[in-house]
Amino acid sequence: MNTIALGLRRARYETRVYFRQGDTIFFTFLFPVVMLTIFSVAFSATGNVGTNPDGTGGISQAAFYLPGMIAAGILLSGVQNLAVDIAMERSDGTLKRLGGTPLPVVSYFIGKIGQVLATSLMQIALLITIARFAFNVELPSDPQKWVAFAWVYLLGIMTSAVLGIALSRVPRSGKSATAVIIPIVLVLQFISGVYLQFSLLPVWLQNVASLFPLKWMAQGMRSVFLPESFASVERSGSWDLGMAALVLSIWLIGGLIAASLTFRWIRKDS
Amino acid sequence: MTSTEPVVSVRDLRKTYGAFTALGGVSFDIERGETFALLGPNGAGKSTTIEILEGYRNRSGGDATVLGVDPQTAGVEWKARLGIVLQSTGESGNVTVREQLAHFAGFYPHPRDVDEVISAVGLTDKSRTRIKALSGGQRRRVDVALGVIGRPELLFLDEPTTGFDPEARREFWELIRELKREGTTILLTTHYLDEAAQLSDRAAVISGGLLIDIGRLDEIGHPDARIPAVRWRDAAGVRHEERTTEPAGVVAALYATHGEVMGLEVVRPSLEDVYLQLVGGSAAPDLAEELS
Repeated sequence: MNTIALGLRRARYETRVYFRQGDTIFFTFLFPVVMLTIFSVAFSATGNVGTNPDGTGGISQAAFYLPGMIAAGILLSGVQNLAVDIAMERSDGTLKRLGGTPLPVVSYFIGKIGQVLATSLMQIALLITIARFAFNVELPSDPQKWVAFAWVYLLGIMTSAVLGIALSRVPRSGKSATAVIIPIVLVLQFISGVYLQFSLLPVWLQNVASLFPLKWMAQGMRSVFLPESFASVERSGSWDLGMAALVLSIWLIGGLIAASLTFRWIRKDS
Repeated sequence: MTSTEPVVSVRDLRKTYGAFTALGGVSFDIERGETFALLGPNGAGKSTTIEILEGYRNRSGGDATVLGVDPQTAGVEWKARLGIVLQSTGESGNVTVREQLAHFAGFYPHPRDVDEVISAVGLTDKSRTRIKALSGGQRRRVDVALGVIGRPELLFLDEPTTGFDPEARREFWELIRELKREGTTILLTTHYLDEAAQLSDRAAVISGGLLIDIGRLDEIGHPDARIPAVRWRDAAGVRHEERTTEPAGVVAALYATHGEVMGLEVVRPSLEDVYLQLVGGSAAPDLAEELS
């Protein structure tokens, strides 16, 4: 059996196992959905965002938070999910066992990335469905917006997946994996415009966040789901999709190099 | 490679961790179809040896070939010819026995039939149970099943029956004999000497990182260690023991002088006695196990 076909088998197996792990389902899969619900309900009394001076117009809280939660979901499904998952597999013996079989490393990674794609697409579908039907969020009708969604999503999820693989090498044990990874991911969400409106952060913090991929994923998703008028609030007064593509691509390539240089089935001679 | 070449060949194998020498130069061959046991106390270097041969660890010196290939640089085609049963692992086990075996079978070019393997390890009623819900002994059987699913030419078994009840061990032995009949070469480490005696053609005893004896199970140890003992008690109840190569003569002489004596027995040293005498005094600290 060739490497690709084995990778697809791995992807099916990994996706099935993913949905059998209660903690992953909550902290990775459902977390953005839960946060979207809480924010939409909690701030509903504050009224719409981006209203006219007379208080009319604007968009609902749910509509305002949807793009950030989609971006957070991409980060969680890639970085948090894979970094913790692979660190656990390294410490519980899964990788050692796989390393003793003829499974190619590339097939293993196709399996992981396949699992990330499948679960994150389901997660985004769930987010959009809840936003549309529970919170009555209007979705973009312009096909161009969906083209932007597709490439921001693909570039974002691939970057998150390879960064997750590279970060899995950092925790020294499976037990410490969540303690090492979750703070990184959580801080990024706070400074990248997922929970807090990005334009309200101090400029120096915006500059720090701009070095990391989540800020650009969130901005890219805002360009898809928010009205054009919101672009004026961004740093440069526009969505800056070219810059988003550039920063994400740099992280993708850096992550690929780091992942391929550092991954081993086991820590030899530790 | 010809079929007369040894399946495993180890020459002056060395492994050091900093200042600690886990293996100080070990040599042996395993022939095709042979079941070979590595015996020795904890920390003696058994697991280090087996993990070097499995390709998990790099050696510090000496030579090793496994199926004609250097395990340190071997690729997936080589791995497809091996079966590896590691010491127990702690995987989360969110898959059923059958799912796991069917999945692993897909990695190999000529796997065994999944249901036949499940049946051979005695888990047919548990085939739809998630691995995490199994007992320790049942999980170990899954490990063994995963080790043989790819129809290996060479099977590594690192303490395979730890946690088995006596009946499960006997069933396991039967499975290993069946694999042996099919021509599988087997390298086994075990703490159970009866297991080594039941299964293996030859054994090597490792202690303190050195090979201290090698041979058929009825050959290892100093010949003197196998001399039978005649034991009895005299009229005052004092125990006597005489080591002799002619126990019947000793008993006849005893009877001729004292008549029927109390507590008379003729004892042949067990493999365990021979082994304990062999490794006695040279047992290494448990450092290598801690490092591994």
